[in-house]
Amino acid sequence: MIAFLQQVISGSAVGIVYALVALGFVMVHKSTQVFNFAQGELMMLGAFFAFTFIILFGLPFWLGGVLAIVSVALFGVILDRVLLRRMVGTKPFTIFMLTVGIGFCIRSIVMLVPMWGTDTYSLPSPLQGRVFSFGGLIISADHAVILLTATVITTGLFVFFQFTRLGLAMRAIAQNPLAASYLGVRVDSLFSIVWALSAAAAALAGVMLAPISFVHADMGQIGLKAIPAAVLGGFDSLPGAIVGGLIIGIVESLAGFYCPEGVKDVAAYIVLLVVLAVKPRGLFGHPDAKKV
Amino acid sequence: MQRRSESAAAQRGLTLGDLLGKQRPVALVLLIVLAVIPYLHSGYWLSQLTFVAIYAIAGFGLQILLGFAGQVSLGQAAFLATGAYVCAYVERIGLGVPMGFVAAIVVSAGGGLLVALPALRMSGLYLAVATMSFGFIVEEIMARWTALTGGNAGIVVPAIKLAGVPLDQPWQIYYLSWAFCLLVLLLSANLLRTPIGRAMLAIRDSEIAAGSSGIRVSRVKGIAFGLSAAFAGLAGALYSHALGFLSPDQFTIAMSLDLLVMILIGGLGTLRGVLLGSVFLVMSPEMFQQLIGLFTAGNTEVAGLRPFLFGFSLIFILLFQPNGVDAMVTRIGQWLAGLAEAWRR
Repeated sequence: MIAFLQQVISGSAVGIVYALVALGFVMVHKSTQVFNFAQGELMMLGAFFAFTFIILFGLPFWLGGVLAIVSVALFGVILDRVLLRRMVGTKPFTIFMLTVGIGFCIRSIVMLVPMWGTDTYSLPSPLQGRVFSFGGLIISADHAVILLTATVITTGLFVFFQFTRLGLAMRAIAQNPLAASYLGVRVDSLFSIVWALSAAAAALAGVMLAPISFVHADMGQIGLKAIPAAVLGGFDSLPGAIVGGLIIGIVESLAGFYCPEGVKDVAAYIVLLVVLAVKPRGLFGHPDAKKV
Repeated sequence: MQRRSESAAAQRGLTLGDLLGKQRPVALVLLIVLAVIPYLHSGYWLSQLTFVAIYAIAGFGLQILLGFAGQVSLGQAAFLATGAYVCAYVERIGLGVPMGFVAAIVVSAGGGLLVALPALRMSGLYLAVATMSFGFIVEEIMARWTALTGGNAGIVVPAIKLAGVPLDQPWQIYYLSWAFCLLVLLLSANLLRTPIGRAMLAIRDSEIAAGSSGIRVSRVKGIAFGLSAAFAGLAGALYSHALGFLSPDQFTIAMSLDLLVMILIGGLGTLRGVLLGSVFLVMSPEMFQQLIGLFTAGNTEVAGLRPFLFGFSLIFILLFQPNGVDAMVTRIGQWLAGLAEAWRR
């Protein structure tokens, strides 16, 4: 039983990282109808910025982390202003492929930057090695901080979307950008904010993932695990993304413990295919009939 | 003249010549060049050209699925892997090369139909994610099923033997690949003129409208998936022999994405674009590598050059030339024709 709980807890810590990346997918998709395939690469960029500020520049961990998140958020705004804005009104598939191209570019630039390259780095957090134990159950401080931070952030995002004027405006542009703009919502600057928020969520995931894994140019692959999380949650629902992320993280962790080797790596995708076979629009998605 | 040849083509099906229409002389020259190249050069670039043909075969399949029928697949690499490993296995148990190719095509097509079953209910985003998941799962199976695939260590694929004669020279596999490539090109071009092909275009343009005008949407989609997987399987079988070595890490999501990038850069919905995109995908990284080598002293390999080229080219194409290199070539051709016209006056 202890072993099971142990797996559930470490699974949730990884799952909440997936959930954060998935939140980025959902925020962008909800308000701009774009499926941003580069979300994982934004996470990787966040980890590399954190690595640069903390290890190369020697800043304290939390300051470097915050700076990294702010930098990636700014990068998200630039992406929106320079590239995605030009594509408004084109087919979703074209914009999806544009984000695939953006992902390629981010990866190549990280590989070409002299101090980054294709090497693997570690980014130890100040809490490394410290653990809490509750009657046999051991939680590492890193995992605890991840769970706590992510809970605060997701609650904050939920409150923001549900109870602030800006959040209301964002929900409005998600439903009908044209009508929202008639009512005085500045749609284009909101799109930039959405991109900044989702890039920041990805970067935060990167900063939190780096101490419990590693920093590498291929780290964005982990972000692909967040896609099943987002889809499980229906791709348009913020709480859905969090539930989806936790499910994927916990299932993966349990599969690693109880199943033969190899199942862990694909557990997320198996769960996803099973769910999609039963509910083609995810657990929390609702069918939208299309008008011809 | 043009019209007469068109109606003649309508009766007997398209040949390579009809396909190229006005550009027949250009295509003839290209075909002759392709046929002559092995006599002039037998090194690195010949094997690269072999891979151009192989990627083009897989590309025609994806073009049918995405460019004609409008269905996304982020898991094409899985079908290439299936074709490659099935072909290698069938040959290993001694059933011969032709059987190996047939098995590769049939099993891959079966895989395509299998994916099509759940995929029929999905579209857009969900389809992309489902096919991507399928790709990941197949990749993992290939890595773990050591009896068939040799696991992550990989397996060596012996040379093709036809009637006891080994075809292990680079030029032999080159001709074989291009023969298959031209055959698949012809099949794809003719497919567009059949009721099934037209039904695919109708589904791409509006699934609901196609369904209400009596097209059996799920059947046509299934055929599109099956065909694209069959072509990918054939490409995989050729790939295994062209490379002589198989390991699961050759068939990752990176390969599926490369194929997508390839047909978008070439031009969505055009067959000529597939060939152009394939040339770009296979040859451009090495060309740029050599170009950089000219300006820098050392011949160091630039890490990240490949994603750099593909990423920026893809963004450039999507922003400024949504119909791909194919449209650029058409425009250059028109410009040249105009120039020739002006010269004649």
